Amino acid sequence: MASKYDVLVIGAGVVGSAIARELARYELKIGVLEKNLDVCYGTSGRNSGVIHGGFVYDIGSRKAECCVEGVLEFDKVAKELDIPFKRTGKVLVGNTEEDYKNLEKTIAIGKINGCIGLEMVHKQQLHEMLPAVVGEFAMFSPMSGIVDPFQYTIALAENAKVNGADFYFNHEVASIRRQNDNTYTIITTLGEFDTKWIINSAGLGAVKISEMIGISGYKLVGKKGDYIILDQKVGHLLPMPVYPVPINTDMGVHMGTHLTPTIDGNVIVGPTGDAVDDLHYYGVSQGNMDYLAESASILWPHIHKSDYIRNYSGIMPAWLNGENEMKDFIIEARTQAPHTINLIGIESPGLTAALPVARRAVKLLAERETLRPNNRFDPNRKGIVRFAAQSDAEKARLIAANPDYGEIVCRCEKVTKAEILQAVHNPLGVDTMTGIKYRTRAMMGRCQGGYCQMRIAQIIREELCKDVTEVLYARNGSNLFVGKVRE
Amino acid sequence: MNSIKKEVIIIGGGPAGLAAAVRLYEQGVRDLLIVEREKTLGGILRQCIHDGFGLTRFKEVLSGPEYAQRFIAEVERLNIPYVLDTTVLAVTSDRQVTAVSRNGLVTWEAKAVVLTMGCRERTRGALGIPGERPASVFTAGVAQAYINLYNTMVGKNVIILGSGDIGMIMARRLTLEGANVKAVLEILPYPSGLPRNIEQCLNDYHIPLYLSHTITDIHGRSLLTGVTVSRVDERLQPIPGTEKAYECDTLILSVGLIPENELSLGAGVELDARTRGASVDEHYQTGVAGVFAAGNVLHVHDSVDFVSLEAEKLADAVARYVRTGSLPKCDIKITTSPEIGYTVPQSISGTQDVQLSLRVKRPFRNCSVEVVQEGATVGSVKLKKAVPAEMVKVPIAWQQLRTTRDLEVRLQC
Repeated sequence: MASKYDVLVIGAGVVGSAIARELARYELKIGVLEKNLDVCYGTSGRNSGVIHGGFVYDIGSRKAECCVEGVLEFDKVAKELDIPFKRTGKVLVGNTEEDYKNLEKTIAIGKINGCIGLEMVHKQQLHEMLPAVVGEFAMFSPMSGIVDPFQYTIALAENAKVNGADFYFNHEVASIRRQNDNTYTIITTLGEFDTKWIINSAGLGAVKISEMIGISGYKLVGKKGDYIILDQKVGHLLPMPVYPVPINTDMGVHMGTHLTPTIDGNVIVGPTGDAVDDLHYYGVSQGNMDYLAESASILWPHIHKSDYIRNYSGIMPAWLNGENEMKDFIIEARTQAPHTINLIGIESPGLTAALPVARRAVKLLAERETLRPNNRFDPNRKGIVRFAAQSDAEKARLIAANPDYGEIVCRCEKVTKAEILQAVHNPLGVDTMTGIKYRTRAMMGRCQGGYCQMRIAQIIREELCKDVTEVLYARNGSNLFVGKVRE
Repeated sequence: MNSIKKEVIIIGGGPAGLAAAVRLYEQGVRDLLIVEREKTLGGILRQCIHDGFGLTRFKEVLSGPEYAQRFIAEVERLNIPYVLDTTVLAVTSDRQVTAVSRNGLVTWEAKAVVLTMGCRERTRGALGIPGERPASVFTAGVAQAYINLYNTMVGKNVIILGSGDIGMIMARRLTLEGANVKAVLEILPYPSGLPRNIEQCLNDYHIPLYLSHTITDIHGRSLLTGVTVSRVDERLQPIPGTEKAYECDTLILSVGLIPENELSLGAGVELDARTRGASVDEHYQTGVAGVFAAGNVLHVHDSVDFVSLEAEKLADAVARYVRTGSLPKCDIKITTSPEIGYTVPQSISGTQDVQLSLRVKRPFRNCSVEVVQEGATVGSVKLKKAVPAEMVKVPIAWQQLRTTRDLEVRLQC
């Protein structure tokens, strides 16, 4: 028997998770279908982690509107969801007369878009703000900030879940059948689901889903970016994201190789910008790593290979129209596909704009369906209390209340057993190694799990009663062990 | 929070910390404490179940746990205090050591702090190996822990990058457990590990070692499916056209060890860029008064015997420091010529005999390492062959020193 839903959201990225959370404000039976084993496995978890100001998007575009709405409300969102967010500000650094003109133009566009506080800063000011940065002048955006994309997406999904949404991981949509009454049966790799409404927020897979619900004609191109992560040692040299002057390309505005501090004090260098057809290949190339180090060093000459701790890449789903022009976010409800909301091309600034995009999607649904508010909806969610972020007095209190807080499992990031246990028993039921990593930061430090990964694999086995061959790293088929050494 | 006064706090209960503790106790320093983050003492030796330990020191062939047990037994016999499951969070320049355990936070105020935290492995990310990020890419020590401590087998078809000792030992270990180790790849034109390990771990099992080769791509979306291997030129750059594909489900990295000095840096200790350990004088004292370091946290050793011997020398100095409150000044700096990788210590007093530990940067034959002061040789050792994998020891007799000018260590061939 197929499970019955009022709405099924396809894709548990940051947008799908935000949609599920916003839908949960109404009396609806909500499900989220995700092909991966956790939220945030695609574009949402593979980016710079910047909450954007909204000054580079076309005037009047959805990108501009949603981005500005998102950046302005983010303090409240971060507080509700109990996630770390820093309104660091951000600079776009220039050197030439042309750069200066472009930045002035950017400020003018930004003001029309509704950005607050954009201003030019001159060499002396730039040097005082950012002594480690090289440049003649800059545009400063005080509202821009940084967030941990994993924590944010997890928080949205957990909040949706406690407010009633069901999450189905490892459920890849294979086909969709429209019934005579314009409801749908979704056939997934792990069973069938009946639903009245479908919301397509499948990100890189959105065109495929769009075609399944009967809307064709969209074409995605992947904007692939490789990144390098640097040790926390150099974090103090970069208090805010530092970008070059954006350039217009046939792929739209390219923000260029930039430097971004993370919430946890690392520095991210990237991205490159390659147009790719393969939307699943996340390999990082040597050439791109060399290019990143070289191009970013012009702005910030503190990149040393001895500080590399990891590299990664992300792919953004940009959609092109018939003239191969990069287009705006699509959020649509078409009559040819009744009871569907279709989201296409939700690329950057999708992280910043996730909730505004979600609200627009839900609004389209609300205009076509009588919705009753869910009076039990609670927008607040509590995250795992992080030992490392506490004062000594608070640390002592945590340990006194729960001695597991006194047992350090991850040496680099000082993650305790208490946090690992909470992550292993997370509300979404995710049971992979990377699931623990994204929830706690264990294994994200400079030793990359050299000290703690065995302990974490062991805790997963013990707590979730898993056989040794059942421990997964990240995806299906990523089994860490082939068996026991000795029975 | 109240702090507890201690004469000596030893951070890390591996071979260096244990040896230092026993010697300190024998020297009459009784108010000491070993702080260990694991559930048992012994450090990395717990997972080194192969033999070959103790040849220099005990003239015996011991396994890692047996070697550690010699010192643990002494610690137990002498009732030297230690705490387990306790992780040090911070050390300050005025020697306050804050640690955490299930019992809470504790701060000790020590006359002397001994840093013996060991080292960590260089990772794939630190090396910047290109490619995808599938599961089953492990550092050698992690694979060793999975197999030897956690009874979990990591794979069946294995490629090993780097000819470091742990990598070669894991090549043998995996073979003995039924895995097919297809190759060991080394980017340098000579091996990184000890000659005896090449014989006993690779040649005895017909595991090929390819010098001047490295991995230029990693494949696999979920699990590792293979790697691309390329030959490298003299500048260690991959040569286009030499790519060869290997199918494998496990990649083991044995690509170097990095002294784990995050706590040291927090205490204001200055590191030597060459060793990535503290810069120390002949007393193994760092630039921060009363903070000492020995073992792999100071410089990566080739043999545990030299770790424990070094820690004992440290203990002699610490005992003297605790008793008298100071140690002879070490203003004679030791510089190195381009063939020499580094020396430890980096400065001496000229008032006592010392033994320098050093490594050459590349292999040499029929050479001598000479310590020179103002043109005169004040210490030397002749070597039939010198390889970077093996530490070289050079004694300097203090009577040979004529001035307090700096010394230079050179290689003569």
